[in-house]
Amino acid sequence: MATVEERAGSGGRRVSEEDLRGFFREMLLIRRFEEKVEERFRAGDLPGFLHVAIGQEAVAVGVCAALEREDVIASTHRAHGHTIAKGTHVNAIMAELYGKVEGCSHGYGGSMHLYDVEKGNLGANAVVAGGIPAIVGAALTFQLRGEERIGVVFFGDGATNAGTFHEALNLAQLWRVPAIFVLENNSWAESTPNTQHSPLPTDELGKRAYAYGMKLIEADGQDVEAVHLATLAAREHALSGKGPVLLHLRTYRLTGHYIGDPQIYRDKDELKRERAEKDPIELLRARLELSDEEFEALDAEVTAEVEASVEFAQSGTDPKPEDALKYVYA
Amino acid sequence: MPETTYREAVRDALARALREDENVFLMGEDIAEMGGSMAVTQGLLDEFGPKRVRNTPISEMAIVGSGIGAALQGMRPIVEIMYEDFLTLSMEQLVNQAAKHRTMSGGQLKVPLTIRTQGGAGWSPGAQHAQQLEAWFVHVPGLKVVFASTPEDVRGLLWSSIYDDNPVVFFEHRTLYPVKGEVPDELEPIPLGKARIHREGTDVTVVATGRLVHDALTAAEQAEQDGISVEVVDPRTLLPLDEETIVESVKKTTRCVTAHEAVTRGGFGSELTAVIQHGAFDYLDAPIERVGSKFAPLPFAPVMEQHVVPHVEDVLDAIKRTVARA
Repeated sequence: MATVEERAGSGGRRVSEEDLRGFFREMLLIRRFEEKVEERFRAGDLPGFLHVAIGQEAVAVGVCAALEREDVIASTHRAHGHTIAKGTHVNAIMAELYGKVEGCSHGYGGSMHLYDVEKGNLGANAVVAGGIPAIVGAALTFQLRGEERIGVVFFGDGATNAGTFHEALNLAQLWRVPAIFVLENNSWAESTPNTQHSPLPTDELGKRAYAYGMKLIEADGQDVEAVHLATLAAREHALSGKGPVLLHLRTYRLTGHYIGDPQIYRDKDELKRERAEKDPIELLRARLELSDEEFEALDAEVTAEVEASVEFAQSGTDPKPEDALKYVYA
Repeated sequence: MPETTYREAVRDALARALREDENVFLMGEDIAEMGGSMAVTQGLLDEFGPKRVRNTPISEMAIVGSGIGAALQGMRPIVEIMYEDFLTLSMEQLVNQAAKHRTMSGGQLKVPLTIRTQGGAGWSPGAQHAQQLEAWFVHVPGLKVVFASTPEDVRGLLWSSIYDDNPVVFFEHRTLYPVKGEVPDELEPIPLGKARIHREGTDVTVVATGRLVHDALTAAEQAEQDGISVEVVDPRTLLPLDEETIVESVKKTTRCVTAHEAVTRGGFGSELTAVIQHGAFDYLDAPIERVGSKFAPLPFAPVMEQHVVPHVEDVLDAIKRTVARA
């Protein structure tokens, strides 16, 4: 968890510059990782579906940095960033994308089912909203056992239209379980914009919390400091016994839904503008006033880590075909 | 506890597990003060309190889904889906989540969740409160499926289901709740995947589940009067299936009838038929007969309901068709 300082005179809190630099490095690592994933997918190395979260790195890093090791998360089909931010090494993730035994799900999951239980990652889910109820149950367990832990589930704005979301949030607030529901709102349900999937304007999606009497906390999802502070507040609330929090983070998906998505449904000028104005890494770089040398040094470091992950994955072990049935039953 | 009803036997397994194991808790609609729509959980709230006997909103996805999450943290939740018709509302969580976490995680997770439910015709519940959907779940790798037909079995099998490290869909039959039977004082867990031979015979094997086990036993007695010796086998666990016991029985009798209340088409009898024809092909003296409901949503009027679902005479007719082939 990052060091939070009181901001003199403002009454607000802020994250120390040292921690922000750490966040920057992690966000850049996620970005370079996902760019590499795009490259290897286009090269034909990677099977399956791949969804990157380029533009959403501040959400993954800001949220996960506010969690304790024993807190658990569940993620979505756009999971690489969350998984890295919760502590899984890029080697294990890349190896999973290559379908290797060394992967974080040992080749059984793939990009949409990244798990790392030891790190508190209960898995990425390929069914939109599908992972939400399990976090309610995990949080209920922490409550029943009197443990100071929370459950956190990431999902997009598209998920807020699924019955699973409503059932789970209703139950969670009813039982006041210690959980954070992270609404990672990039305003797109695959190719369908918010205007076509929700009667609420995108900036007001968080209001759905009110239907359950649930605490709503909102922050700019492109500002990692704001995300982090909001998550710390949400965690505190979740553990107070008052119930869970809907943490609404407005963010931007600066790429297509999947790698190779031509995005024929999207206004090109708007996307260009978003890329120029909403890139969380550029925003943080400017704020930290990183010199070109500093940036390049960091970039070289994380790029080397990513390159090493590809080598690790490529030299990994292929699963035995007959092991396909190994984990059907415990 | 000799002479116990099926309902009391279920309750006894639940109470013992709650008493002995703090990781066990119950969730479901109307299971607390009301004691469940079938009165199975009556009295458990008083003994174990509202933290462990939890009423839920009418939210089947959240009931099963939160059960999954608790199971992932090492609890042994027992959730009740009031009618198996309502399992359809929880299918996403059951099929995509509960059944798959273990494989998708490469063995990192297990889901020791029991989903109790009940159904069955015979009291004019109409089309949405009586379906027998057990075959749907047999098609899903990662789930286990149990369907118990006697008080002794329901208690021992429920216990094993609670202590199985996999998600188990546990079917009870509504009309069996008042049925009485001998149940030993000591709870004997009955291993999943073990069939029970209820009655030995030499001419025909009836493989029956749920209510039809009782109809098959009655049909067997009647057949005996015509000089036909019927063996009745209840698989009890549909997944995993005790193929050996069933195939061996048919090898001995050379004829087979499958019987369940679910509709015949695509029913569990179809799977049994495939297993038996493959395992006992050279022994069969007649085509395998399947008994089940006619292919219709269950109508309300009692006369139509009774026309749709199978009875003793349907089993008896099927037995006679198999022996008629000589």
